[in-house]
Amino acid sequence: MTDYYMGIDIGAATSKAVLINDVDQILASSVIPSGVDFTSAAETVASNVLKDAKLIMEQIKYIVSTGYGRNNVIFAHENKTEISCHGRGVYHYFPESALIVDIGGQDNKVIKIDAAGKRLSFKMNRKCAAGTGTFLEEIANRLGVPRENMDEMARKSTKNITINSYCTVFASTEILARIREGETVENMVKGAFNSIVLRIIELGLSGAGDEKIVMTGGVVQYNPYLVELLKEKLKVDITVPPEPQLTGALGAALFAHEMDNKVNKQ
Amino acid sequence: MADENKVPQGITKLETTIETVTKSNNSGKPKSKRKPILATSTMNEIMGDYFHELDDASNDPNSLVAWCTSVGPAELLLSFGFKVYYPENHGAMLGTKRVAMDLIPVANAIGYSPDICSYLTSDIGSFIKHDSPMLTAFNMKEFPKPDVLAYNTNQCRDVQEWFAYYSRKFKVPLIGINSPGKVDDLKDEHIKAAQGQFEALVEPLEKISGNRFDEQRFKESVKLSKECTILWRQVLETAANKPSPLTFFDSCIHMGPAVVLRGSQTAVNYYKLLLAELKDRIDKNIAAIDDEEFRLYWEGMPIWGKLRNLSELFMEHRTCMVASTYCNSWIFEGFEPERPFYGMAKAYTEIFINRSERIKEQYINEMVKRYNIDGIIFHDAKTCPSNSNARYGMPERLKDKGIPTLVLDGDLNDLRCYSEEQSKTKIEAFIEQLEEGK
Repeated sequence: MTDYYMGIDIGAATSKAVLINDVDQILASSVIPSGVDFTSAAETVASNVLKDAKLIMEQIKYIVSTGYGRNNVIFAHENKTEISCHGRGVYHYFPESALIVDIGGQDNKVIKIDAAGKRLSFKMNRKCAAGTGTFLEEIANRLGVPRENMDEMARKSTKNITINSYCTVFASTEILARIREGETVENMVKGAFNSIVLRIIELGLSGAGDEKIVMTGGVVQYNPYLVELLKEKLKVDITVPPEPQLTGALGAALFAHEMDNKVNKQ
Repeated sequence: MADENKVPQGITKLETTIETVTKSNNSGKPKSKRKPILATSTMNEIMGDYFHELDDASNDPNSLVAWCTSVGPAELLLSFGFKVYYPENHGAMLGTKRVAMDLIPVANAIGYSPDICSYLTSDIGSFIKHDSPMLTAFNMKEFPKPDVLAYNTNQCRDVQEWFAYYSRKFKVPLIGINSPGKVDDLKDEHIKAAQGQFEALVEPLEKISGNRFDEQRFKESVKLSKECTILWRQVLETAANKPSPLTFFDSCIHMGPAVVLRGSQTAVNYYKLLLAELKDRIDKNIAAIDDEEFRLYWEGMPIWGKLRNLSELFMEHRTCMVASTYCNSWIFEGFEPERPFYGMAKAYTEIFINRSERIKEQYINEMVKRYNIDGIIFHDAKTCPSNSNARYGMPERLKDKGIPTLVLDGDLNDLRCYSEEQSKTKIEAFIEQLEEGK
């Protein structure tokens, strides 16, 4: 009989679930907006993956939750931080030493893992959400641009513009002022992308190390141009795993499998 | 159709599972319980007496009150018969009681920036609003009225401006010591430079107090401070034991007498009592944190308004914050009762906060060894650059030496600079990293 494991990642912006089998194959996944009720979001994503995989909850041997709302997943057996889960998820695809850059809804992280997948260190953005998914969302709102169009717009830009302000609110004011002065919206969207790139570099990503650089998170999934900009800036190769938005939830599911082995097979 | 039938079943089962699955965080071990230190009631009593005596002195025209910075010239003031009040202790009280957030904006409004010391802004806000847990807890009508204000810039320049505010308000003299700052190797010339300034305080203090300088009395207060300091160090060093009988969070509370009552027999007696209790815990193998798994070091200021939350979070993860630079800062090795001016100058100039980055790093490395530390948490306090040591690359350099480090953004009193959720994630991720490294 096959065993199944579930990872649930309740992020500040979106909630994700990944269901895997006992050979760590992904059977189903789900992504929904987190909204305000994290417990209900967790139940919904869990139900979605069960439905897709045609399974019932009893067949799931172990569940690990992660993300900002990890403590709200009341049916999880265990929770782990998203820092650990992104590390684990990336190591699944690329079993080697890596520097992982995750751009989430309200946090950016740079996570360093060794060749055995063991975490060596990590850094997160400071208390301000500059350079995160929320920053991009705010800029999109102020510009009246649909979020899903931002990547395409940034690619059409003809200039490299730097936004000076660190603060998300002041940055969007600055962008609007520059547009009023005649700058194109496309150039300013790229300016916002450049701002994210700088925030990531500040977290300690010099591109000088030998490790593989891997980017994860929803922002990268929907704005792949960011990866290209960072590559250009650092002059290094950057890898993105399949469905980078699901990396945290996948890592949680893989941990669920490992923990089940530890707890139930001792 | 068959597929659709399975959907509601899955959802129904999900609901029942929610009720039946028990969370097994922390490997199913029972939760560690907080173990109150018995000496606490004595401490509360002597701290209460201290505030009442201070209030009495403030209300008695024949008594003398001096305000002093926390690592200021307390022993000299005591020798002249002043009751000594420490506004920083009050600042910490405002942080701990979480009223600072209502008071800081009051000081901001009169031009004291949100970027300067939040002890200063909380304390001045409290004074302007005449709103303080100290006034209510000790039934005091007014803040103790000073006859003199004495500072030492060995910790930062903010204390000088802080006291200057009260000097203008109360129209009383402001005296102080401008210590040689950010000292690398401590040399005799540094000590002599400070010693001259300590000695120069005698004349104004004689005038203000109307009392002649009494060298014997001065030596006596330095002797008592030295005894207090040695006992306080012994208290903190009990944490070198594995498991530790106390945590940094306990020490933050129990350092009160070392701050405000140093130079008195009361403080000496108190630390004898506390030390005996901690030694007894060691003998009986009583740990502050059950099944202590990790031992951490706290670098920087406490986050006063979050002491309880942080203490519980670490306890939940069986992690003992065993030692800190902050609590060690009231160990003054340099006191010499027979050479009181020289010793005071040495003791108050060589403190950690007043040293170069190189000396600080050397010190922290020593602490890591002494206390068997698994990792260091650096608190980068927004309004306290002098006591935030994560700003010149130290955490990275220590990491390169194999010591795991984490930087937490926050503040001593201004919780606008602290994100609860982000800090929790950082701390939990750090502990997970230590677990992986085991």
